[in-house]
Amino acid sequence: MSHFSYIPHTDTEIQKMLETIGVKSVEALFSDVPRVFDFDLALPDSSDEFSVARELKTLAQKNLNLNEVAVFRGAGIYYHYIPSVIRALSSRGEFLTAYTPYQPEVSQGTLQALFEFQTMIAELAGLEVANSSMYDGATAVAEAALMAVRVNGRNKILISRALHPEYQRVTGTYCHAQNIELEELPYSENTGQIDLKKLKNSLNDDVSAVIVGYPNYFGIIEDLREIKALLDEKVIFIVVANPIALSVLEAPGSLGADIVVGEGQPLGNPPSLGGPGLGFFATREKFVRKMPGRIIGETQDADGKTGYVMVLQTREQHIRRGKATSNICSNHAHNAVIAAIYMSLMGKEGLREVAIRSYDKAHYLFQRISEIEGMAPLFSGPFFHEFAVKLKALTAGELNNKLLEHKILGPMELEKDFPELGNSVLFCTTEAVRNDDLEFLLGRLEEII
Amino acid sequence: MTIFEKSVSGRKGYSLPDEALHDSSPLSKIPEHLLRKKAVELPENSEVDIVRHYTELSRKNYSVDNGFYPLGSCTMKYNPRLNEEMASLEGFSYLHPYQPTESIQGALEVMYELQRMLAEITGMDAFTLQPAAGAHGELTGMLIVRKYFELMGEDQRKKVIVPDSAHGTNPASAKMAGFDVVEIASNPSGLIDLGNLKAALDETVAAIMLTNPNTLGLFEKDILEISKLAHDNGTLLYYDGANLNAIMGHVRPGDMGFDIVHLNLHKTFSTPHGMGGPGSGPVGVKEKLKGLLPAPLVALNDDGYYLDYDLPDSIGKVRSFYGNFGVLLKAYAYIRMLGKNGLKFASEMAVLNANYLRVKLSKLIPPSHPGICKHEFVLDGSVLVKEFGVKTLDLAKRLLDYGLHPPTIYFPLIVHEALMIEPTETESKDNLDRFAEVIEKILEEARDNPETLKNAPYSTPVRRLNETMASRKPIMRWKAEK
Repeated sequence: MSHFSYIPHTDTEIQKMLETIGVKSVEALFSDVPRVFDFDLALPDSSDEFSVARELKTLAQKNLNLNEVAVFRGAGIYYHYIPSVIRALSSRGEFLTAYTPYQPEVSQGTLQALFEFQTMIAELAGLEVANSSMYDGATAVAEAALMAVRVNGRNKILISRALHPEYQRVTGTYCHAQNIELEELPYSENTGQIDLKKLKNSLNDDVSAVIVGYPNYFGIIEDLREIKALLDEKVIFIVVANPIALSVLEAPGSLGADIVVGEGQPLGNPPSLGGPGLGFFATREKFVRKMPGRIIGETQDADGKTGYVMVLQTREQHIRRGKATSNICSNHAHNAVIAAIYMSLMGKEGLREVAIRSYDKAHYLFQRISEIEGMAPLFSGPFFHEFAVKLKALTAGELNNKLLEHKILGPMELEKDFPELGNSVLFCTTEAVRNDDLEFLLGRLEEII
Repeated sequence: MTIFEKSVSGRKGYSLPDEALHDSSPLSKIPEHLLRKKAVELPENSEVDIVRHYTELSRKNYSVDNGFYPLGSCTMKYNPRLNEEMASLEGFSYLHPYQPTESIQGALEVMYELQRMLAEITGMDAFTLQPAAGAHGELTGMLIVRKYFELMGEDQRKKVIVPDSAHGTNPASAKMAGFDVVEIASNPSGLIDLGNLKAALDETVAAIMLTNPNTLGLFEKDILEISKLAHDNGTLLYYDGANLNAIMGHVRPGDMGFDIVHLNLHKTFSTPHGMGGPGSGPVGVKEKLKGLLPAPLVALNDDGYYLDYDLPDSIGKVRSFYGNFGVLLKAYAYIRMLGKNGLKFASEMAVLNANYLRVKLSKLIPPSHPGICKHEFVLDGSVLVKEFGVKTLDLAKRLLDYGLHPPTIYFPLIVHEALMIEPTETESKDNLDRFAEVIEKILEEARDNPETLKNAPYSTPVRRLNETMASRKPIMRWKAEK
């Protein structure tokens, strides 16, 4: 019998175990599986670690790694610097290889880290409670829409067309399944913000929730206060936020948001081709029993010592089954702990400094690009670290091909998702774009355009 | 102590490049009322404080790296370190989802090959890697069922049948996809009751969701008949892949007649559970359902690998981008390491371990059902209540004092005081022997002094926690003044 490094059995042990069980062979343990299914897997045979590592390293080298280029593309996944401490701590086996904390007495590390994560997310959102993560930003938005319908029993969701296109699609998939009506809210061609007049006209007693980005997909900061002013008190106001931006922008909860969700990847998680990141989800305490996902709470042990456990589990599928608030079971706890470590390390000042630098570079770039003939900013609304630009001289694809020759990952191309914007692109900067990268990009843009 | 209580105003744990701002009055272009008045209350600590805080927290966790973790239906096998190293290569972890596909050919190749390998292992025709977890895969599968019948013009199919032994996610996922759930009682042998199934099957049933082997660790030996009953009724058969670790290389869901399958890469394919996630729940389908999968699929033509969005009947997107790529890489490395012989051997040793431990433990606590099991088995803990006045929960808590993680308890729901045990193939005979010895010792304690169990654990970072109190008036965040 062959031996594998992940499987400890020796031939002698296998024999002894078979004797204890009272069967002659391992095959006998499969006697209840009908033989009609006999087949041979068309897969390669086993390999060794050296060879598999070499194969995967070769495949990795076929990819363009973001650390080798200047990155001006965001659009939902952001290239921030990730301090060494994050990986060193999060890759500890005690975090990586633990299960869901169903035995809290031996899961206090997980539970406390997630309790602290919830606190930080609630702080950023300006709301009372947060759960311990969703899969990603898109499913967090979709689940927020379903939650709104559970809260007020209304059946129509108004969703901003200026929200991330993938979030809109995923919300569409989830809502369609439950026969919830989804209506698109247009944005103003001038400001890039939600068209408030059209929002006003769309509001009626059927509207369960209004969903907007903060900033939205175009980087534009919606005026949450003005939107909130239009909503009747039963409407659930869902704000989809960038967590880094929330360190400088007024907390959505303070401006009237009832649910704040978003993609937590920018908080210390590598881009990883878009996954795994994490969804974050915060709401008002009065709605907590309608919230999806695991929640960690503080309690005491038999000796009166502070400890943490999962709370309000009666909302969840393993108890409530078909009547649960969501089917979610596995979440993105490890990514949430990464985010918690990142926020702890950066702290109050660091997160704000990352946000200000991201903002500052984007606004400088915006200013300089406005001066280039053949490029015109699309929107006049206030923005954070992304902005849309119309191209006149050449197509977005051509521009990006040329920039890539100079080791620049250029702006996101918008026309496919937003045909109404024509030949347009979305620039993004973060603190991980150096000032000389900005000048280099500007030099190339002036050459190319 | 929380990280917030350790915070000291003015301390820093980060450093950023020495670069001047372009605008000396930052944020001036954002209207005043949209700016924060008060800084976010995040903790302020130095780098060493952070390292010590999280190292201390990690030491309060039990994990597969610490020891035996026999949680039934969770497949807590060893998570190879190679996988972690490969997933963290910058050529994989630093890829933007919207990079040109020509610049991610290596990543797409991994995904394409993984789609094919998973299809081969399960006997399905096409796979999506998008779903983020098992339950997410179930939702995806149920949305495919729904869309299929929409396209067939069979809108009356509004019901999904699940056995009473099913994972809680099954009914929850079916419900989320807009179906009504019909639960059918298992027969005394713990298997699908064909009579109950036939009685429930009518023209309103869209799908049957099954786990095989089921949550009792028993193989549904009537699976071919079940599959024929379903298909004769125009009903689709859904496979919950949580228990695939029992049968790799021995039998394939596709050959058993399943139309849709989800897998849990974080169970069967060795990717770590990470305290509850991220997982990955790829979904495989038979040819007739391929066009309904969420776009994009990874495809190959003469120019190389590409993202194929041309799926006009697709259920739509179920998450952003293409799936938990970092997790997919780990599963790919695992399958390449084990290969067809290793996967088959892994299942065999998983089943051998389960049966060995079943035989040893059955002498102490009766099994819920007699006979050979697959990768897991269930003990009926009600004997503990009768004989010693202690509950399964007490036994579980006492196990913690011996440095062992308890099995899944109180599931499946059809067994009283259930202990659901899945050793997995990565545990040695010695570890199983020790587990059996410890159970025996705890039962002696239960006989001699049941209070020892009722008050356990004693040696863990905290003693038994009051979960009832925690949910009555939940405290869900830290606050400066209590």
